[in-house]
Amino acid sequence: MAIQDIQDEIIDEFSMFEDWEERYQYMIDLGKTLPLIDAEYKTDDNLINGCQSKVWVHAEMKDNSVIFTADSDAIITKGIIAILIRSFSNQHPKDILDANTDFIDKIGLKEHLSPTRANGLVSMIKQLKMYAIAYQTQLS
Amino acid sequence: MFNVEHIRQDFPILKREVNGKPLVYLDNAATSQTPQQVTDVIVDYYSNYNANIHRGVHTLSQEATDAYEQARIKIQKHFNAKFSHEIIFTAGTTHGINLVANGFTTLLKKGDEIIVSELEHHSNIVPWQMLCERTEATLKVIPMNTEGELIMSEYDKLLSANTKLVLVNHISNALGTINPIEYIIKKAHAVGAAVLIDGAQSCPHIKPDVQALDVDFYVTSAHKMCGPTGEGMLYGKEEWLNKLPPYQGGGEMIDKVTFEKTTYAGLPHKFEAGTPNICGGIAFGAAIDYMNGIGFDTVATYEHQLLDYATEQLSEIEGLIIYGTSKNKTSVISFNLEGIHPYDVGTILDKLGIAVRTGHHCAQPIMDFYNIPGTVRASFAFYNTKEEIDTLVKGVKKAKMMLS
Repeated sequence: MAIQDIQDEIIDEFSMFEDWEERYQYMIDLGKTLPLIDAEYKTDDNLINGCQSKVWVHAEMKDNSVIFTADSDAIITKGIIAILIRSFSNQHPKDILDANTDFIDKIGLKEHLSPTRANGLVSMIKQLKMYAIAYQTQLS
Repeated sequence: MFNVEHIRQDFPILKREVNGKPLVYLDNAATSQTPQQVTDVIVDYYSNYNANIHRGVHTLSQEATDAYEQARIKIQKHFNAKFSHEIIFTAGTTHGINLVANGFTTLLKKGDEIIVSELEHHSNIVPWQMLCERTEATLKVIPMNTEGELIMSEYDKLLSANTKLVLVNHISNALGTINPIEYIIKKAHAVGAAVLIDGAQSCPHIKPDVQALDVDFYVTSAHKMCGPTGEGMLYGKEEWLNKLPPYQGGGEMIDKVTFEKTTYAGLPHKFEAGTPNICGGIAFGAAIDYMNGIGFDTVATYEHQLLDYATEQLSEIEGLIIYGTSKNKTSVISFNLEGIHPYDVGTILDKLGIAVRTGHHCAQPIMDFYNIPGTVRASFAFYNTKEEIDTLVKGVKKAKMMLS
């Protein structure tokens, strides 16, 4: 599925919720579906800076697609990274680079986009895109 | 007679809503809210007598200078300093600490020792580590126990003829512990060491008497005690301030400038280079007036009731662990829910309109001591209410339910 379609799907799922509580509960549930990073990659080198909680991300390339795995010690953060990975994983690096992240706003998590926000959503997006840049360079 | 509802009228911000809920502001250890009386002084300054101070012959400059220097005298009286020139206006506690740490560069040498504590804020650790790098002096640390209290018998062992400086906070920002600074100062002086007390967390709750304490340096910030941010003060004993070299060079701090040789102004101007935060200094004075108008004994008694009530209510939540359980503490409760990250709890509380702080509180060594990533910290001021604590308790229960 294309990134845009996945994001539309996520927007659609979140549109069912009436209030923040249901949205957060769903985000927490999505955190449980996160493709977990292998223990061997859960190192300080794979930590994302700028998060109050710890977030580890690992990337590898398979058949010209970038596969992301991750983990966090905070469960709301885990939900956020799960949403990002669902949207960006198994995609061509160029598509990841071209993708925008407006959908975060549309699912009512805009407050997490502020650069001062301690969960570092902005840093997470940056890190995923950095991996995409690295793999795109390998391909070209 | 103390009436919290009456007091709350002074703080317009307490009437606002956050995420559709009435604001419950429990992040007072990070910054206190500003009463209208202080805001009025700020508006009055910019509306009626904004001018640069000390050198102007015109009326506005004279008025601004008078107000600024009167604020210095208010601060002197509040802290019971012997002279008003022992009060140096700073940008805040961190600035005051760096000023002193910089000054000691020429006074320390290899083999000298300086002592900090495990309970310190990073602001009272890093400037001293930097001083050690410059001078090859050695940093020693007073350890803490599980209650979050400094172990005085260990402190005694660290003191020696090599000890030149002791740096401790009056009250811990992360845990609220009140440290036995009278003992710490007395013991340090017995070996000839100078003492700096970081008073950022104490000044909103108690009124320190620097002469009775016989402390060498005492630093604090205005914004923790109903004043503006970017403003603070350093108290230093006259003899120490005369001994320390200037921190920053510039206007205001000079006596005479030629390219061959510049001589410095006397106290306090020697340490006040450049145009200061004039309005901030005046507003700091107004904040001190406001706090004294309520009375520090009244504040302490009321806040203690809030602390006891909140401790009792939060302790009833299963799996809630409180860090910092000294009998001698101010209205700060640092806690975690077992198995739940403090960041998650803080996020849910924010959605409920409750402002707390989460994280390591710029005191990573304390978090390392307890082997935790951070805590949720609720800190109460005299304008908080029991009803707000009930809202906090309900919020924590809800967070626990959602996150477990």
